[in-house]
Amino acid sequence: MDSYFSILFTEVYKILFLLVPVLVSVAMIVWLDRRVWAFVQKRRGPNVVGPFGLFQSLADALKYIFKEIIIPASSNKLVFVLAPVVTMTLALISWAVIPFGEDFVLADINVGILYLFAVSSLGVYGIIMGGWASNSKYPFLGAIRSAAQMVSYEVSIGVIIINVLLCVGSLNLSDIVKAQQNLWFVIPLFPMFVIYFISALAETNRPPFDLPEAEAELVAGYQTEYSGMMYAMFWLGEYANILLMCALGSILFLGGWLSPLDIFPFNAIPGPFWLIFKILFLFILFALVKATVPRYRYDQLMKLGWKIFLPFSLFYVVLTSSFLIYFDLLPGK
Amino acid sequence: MIAHSVFFYIFSLIAIVSAVMVTVSKNTVHSVFFLILDFISISCLFIMIGAEFLGMIMLIVYVGAVAVLFLFVVMMLNVAEQKGQWFSSRWDGGTHIPVGLLVSLIIFFELIIVIGGWKYKPDLLNSLSINISTEVTNTRSIGNVLYTDYILLFQISGMILLVAMIGAIVLTYRERAGVKRQSYVKQISRERDEGVDLVEAERNKGVKIDA
Repeated sequence: MDSYFSILFTEVYKILFLLVPVLVSVAMIVWLDRRVWAFVQKRRGPNVVGPFGLFQSLADALKYIFKEIIIPASSNKLVFVLAPVVTMTLALISWAVIPFGEDFVLADINVGILYLFAVSSLGVYGIIMGGWASNSKYPFLGAIRSAAQMVSYEVSIGVIIINVLLCVGSLNLSDIVKAQQNLWFVIPLFPMFVIYFISALAETNRPPFDLPEAEAELVAGYQTEYSGMMYAMFWLGEYANILLMCALGSILFLGGWLSPLDIFPFNAIPGPFWLIFKILFLFILFALVKATVPRYRYDQLMKLGWKIFLPFSLFYVVLTSSFLIYFDLLPGK
Repeated sequence: MIAHSVFFYIFSLIAIVSAVMVTVSKNTVHSVFFLILDFISISCLFIMIGAEFLGMIMLIVYVGAVAVLFLFVVMMLNVAEQKGQWFSSRWDGGTHIPVGLLVSLIIFFELIIVIGGWKYKPDLLNSLSINISTEVTNTRSIGNVLYTDYILLFQISGMILLVAMIGAIVLTYRERAGVKRQSYVKQISRERDEGVDLVEAERNKGVKIDA
């Protein structure tokens, strides 16, 4: 019995050691997002609270905590409360399998990439539950839109992941990074990287694919009826998901914790920092896209997902596998 | 081992209770949520017996895609509240009970046939000629079997799904009149001459444009 508790405590300690930095960096990343967005538009962005406005997210969080939580009278109360919890939980549990360095991962499971994919496909429930339970037209329409969008782009992300897996021969995330020791997958699979990036934008409901919360049409989509801490949880979960998509992109294509060149000034920096740099790089790209690209129309969004991305990534699967077979490069034989 | 069995019983209990709740709960959307809970706990059971690939695929396919479609249908059809009509008369004095009994009887006999097949033909279990090595991951061993020995069955099941999909599209497709489709090629290749017409307007008369 004693050993159970000791294992439990070490695990809880490890989980906290992972989750607290993730939550703090989610808050920081919101600030970064707003700053980049402002700089593109020649504004200053949040710069008042703390040095460079670094504590803006903290101030926002305090404001959310002290606001009243309003539960609409005609809503389905249990599902209504459960929805932000589901979003938040799913956004956080996926960090368990992200490898920050060699043997620096909470759960090094064999099917790590499938786990991530499964968790991100569950993410749609937070939104559907929130939209349905609000018992109001705008949230419901937003939820339906969002669900259709996320399911569509999951398909193309799945096919892109198959491309990477063909080159690795394993579903383990650490193995995926180790397979890029000599060549990052962004070079041979560059078109897939571009499509992954765009699909990740759509998957996380980021602009230009933020139709579920298109404020001109749907108020705030599925979040319309939420207030206070419950809204903040949706919002934190969304940003945690964006960070996760950036982390997944850097693991799949940008060599995870590996340094770009294996020579002195680069490999002196420890692996986790490289992963963080890459996540930040992808995130700044996300923010730049948000600042520059106008919103898509819904039918254009669906057309892009099903009629362009899906056939092209399927074609690339055929191309990759025939290349690997022809040059006898198939891994894990 | 104790923790293992404790978790086994927790997940099985959740699975069974939520399976019952699927049929019992009056709100159809709640039924679907319970179905999702059922899928999740069953995939947890899969992971506990070491079949992590099956567990994850179960999550991705059933929870991530099939159950979302269920939710869509249930929400769109506006059947959210069933007010205990199952045992009362509904249309013309008839009830659902005879049909329900018939369907459950059919499923019951099917179950007996399936389970009986395993029970009375024990060599079915031993006749599996596939060597399952414990060293390779189960993703790889499933792949090795599925794409070699059972490739025909695998492709036939894929074909059946394809036929079902085409059937659904054919059944629901209808030609709509007056649909304006956007054509990027047309929009981009539009020249100045097609779009702009310069007219010399006469004073005090204006221009008459024949549409």
